[in-house]
Amino acid sequence: MSEHKVFMIFQNTADAQPFISAFEQENPKATLDYQPGMVRIEGLGELGITQEVVSELAGREVNLQELHLTLISLSGNIDEDDDYFRITRH
Amino acid sequence: MAKKLNMRKRYELLTRGLGWEPTYQPKDKVFAQEAYEGIKITDWSKWEDPFRLTADAYWKYQAEKDKKLYAVMDSFAQNNAHLNLADASYVNALKLFIQGVSPLEYAAHRNFARLARQLSGEGAQIACQMQSIDELRHAQTQIHTISHYNKHFHGMHDPFHMFDRVWYLSVPKSYFDDASSAGPFEFITSVSFSFEYLLTNLLFVPFMSGAAYNGDMATVTFGFSAQSDESRHMTLGLEIIKFLLEQHEDNLPIVQGWIDKHFWRAYRLLGLVAMMQDYFLPESPMSWKEGWQIYFVENAGALFNDLGRYGLQMPKYHEIATAEADHISHQVFGIFYNYIHAAAFNLGLPSEAKMNWLSEKYPDTFDKYYRPRMEMWAQMEKEGKRFFNMGLPQLCQVCQIPMGFTEVAKDDPMQIAYRVSEYQGEKFHTCSDGCKTIFDHEPEKYVNAWLPVHQIFQGNCGGAAVPDVLNWYHFHPEDGGDYAGSADEARWKAMKGETAAEAPKTSQADAA
Amino acid sequence: MAVKSIHGEYPSVFMDSVDRFHGNQLVYIGWDNHTSICTANAYPLPPDMPFGALTEAVLPSVCGPHPDFPLIEWSKVEWLLDGEAFTPDMGKSLKENGVGHKSLIRFKTPGLNGYKGTGN
Repeated sequence: MSEHKVFMIFQNTADAQPFISAFEQENPKATLDYQPGMVRIEGLGELGITQEVVSELAGREVNLQELHLTLISLSGNIDEDDDYFRITRH
Repeated sequence: MAKKLNMRKRYELLTRGLGWEPTYQPKDKVFAQEAYEGIKITDWSKWEDPFRLTADAYWKYQAEKDKKLYAVMDSFAQNNAHLNLADASYVNALKLFIQGVSPLEYAAHRNFARLARQLSGEGAQIACQMQSIDELRHAQTQIHTISHYNKHFHGMHDPFHMFDRVWYLSVPKSYFDDASSAGPFEFITSVSFSFEYLLTNLLFVPFMSGAAYNGDMATVTFGFSAQSDESRHMTLGLEIIKFLLEQHEDNLPIVQGWIDKHFWRAYRLLGLVAMMQDYFLPESPMSWKEGWQIYFVENAGALFNDLGRYGLQMPKYHEIATAEADHISHQVFGIFYNYIHAAAFNLGLPSEAKMNWLSEKYPDTFDKYYRPRMEMWAQMEKEGKRFFNMGLPQLCQVCQIPMGFTEVAKDDPMQIAYRVSEYQGEKFHTCSDGCKTIFDHEPEKYVNAWLPVHQIFQGNCGGAAVPDVLNWYHFHPEDGGDYAGSADEARWKAMKGETAAEAPKTSQADAA
Repeated sequence: MAVKSIHGEYPSVFMDSVDRFHGNQLVYIGWDNHTSICTANAYPLPPDMPFGALTEAVLPSVCGPHPDFPLIEWSKVEWLLDGEAFTPDMGKSLKENGVGHKSLIRFKTPGLNGYKGTGN
């Protein structure tokens, strides 16, 4: 596993909650740092979520690209498709 | 039933195969700006799209963000939420923003449209096209957000007119004009990488956290609304650098040179933000020095570590920028204290509490070098002899900031830094090794600079006397001068029910 | 290295050539160790102006308000012209003193080093 950090920062709002929770659930080693109005999710080497888990948490079919509505910042190389979203740093 | 296409396939079909090989005009005539900078692209298909947003997804999400933002703005206006500001003196941060930053967003919009046309790679065209629309959106939403404040306070009524003329606004203007008059690859290195990736947090965080800490929820909401656009811009900035460096080894020295140049130019421009961050906010979340440590020293350090595998190095003179972190906000404040009678915003000497905060944040420099001048100026104000500089400053030929920076890197922080170059028999003065190096590399470009002070002396700015020039700038008398005794202060007090609104005596009127 | 251009030579337009200043030339004058006056100032001055007019008429307008200014003994002032130490002839013109277009004059006032000697 890479030693390099990757992170996602979301607005701390209801719309972002399924995404934040999915990152937490699917990346057990990730850390969550709550700052005023935002959440910073940090991992080593890789962070990823699946459409299945986000939809389950949201209680409806979610399009992963909806994360654009609440995304503040990210660091890492993006790899995405309909069923997953992942950032990595090698 | 037909199988549904996945995101990758949809994206590929909607964004690739549209860039046909021209047959009735030569390709290098259709894309006439791609080669002259010396950048070599061997294979555009190696471009990795940083985000795979198709136009329909783009519109959908941008529209939704806009609806939310405008709903908040409506609510802000209906509730007169400007009354929740910590103090109206905060609004001067917004004046600086609408005058000096929003026009850059608009210029970015135009330039990314140029790039979408001039770059022949389809993936780059899509990314630039979306960024062009994003930047227009930013200009518009900033104008809308700040228009609320324009109804209640001064200095925000004609920012685009001012941007093209006013002495301190030539600092952001010349920075962007420099990139705009360069080729597409230099432009994208300058703006997408140096500004939108490397230094973006040093522009965004001071203004947005400043807004949050001072009760300006409208600007905070604008900030959040723009941030997801910014994450796409940052990703584009990083992608373009990697792409250029992977395409051909000959690109490395060219790209390094552009990073060196535009890091320094953007850093100098951010001096205005440093002043705002340390001196304009009633409640200050973070000092410029702290922000520089986190967002440049640590973050950029890690980034260039990463990019080192391409042969890229930290930008030239970065150590000087870091050494100056202890000084620049105070020095830029000093410049504007001298000339506030000729600005379209207000400022004032820091309060005792603010000076104690500055002492704490700048333990090595504030009390030794800068508190004394505040004391002297306070004494002069008390005696009714508030110091205004009744002349015009020497400007740096490159960054166009008044030459108030000092030999910090030589441990002589009270010695103004003077550099000079001679080109075809004429002298050109610069403020630093960074700016001098930039001048000497492309003197033909910088001898062309429209320096506001010189233009005033040439008679091109409305007249010989300061009031004529301010008129030509479309300034109103209420726009500048000290905050204490200003029209904005009087309005704020009236809004808060502290005193009856009366015609204020402005310091600018005293200075004239 | 020259700036890159698409069509031929990049046109050099000297926006501040001396002919643009209606008979004046630009002169920059800075007072070392007095950084509360934030920069050297720029002045459009006739080349034939006597040097002495700088200390008598020009500088007082900008530097006059500084508490050190009335204490200056002009005979003890140290001058730099374009980076070189020089002793001006107050009676002769700027031009005769070697002050050209965009020359930088710096002056130091030994013993007077800004507010409370802090360089301000």
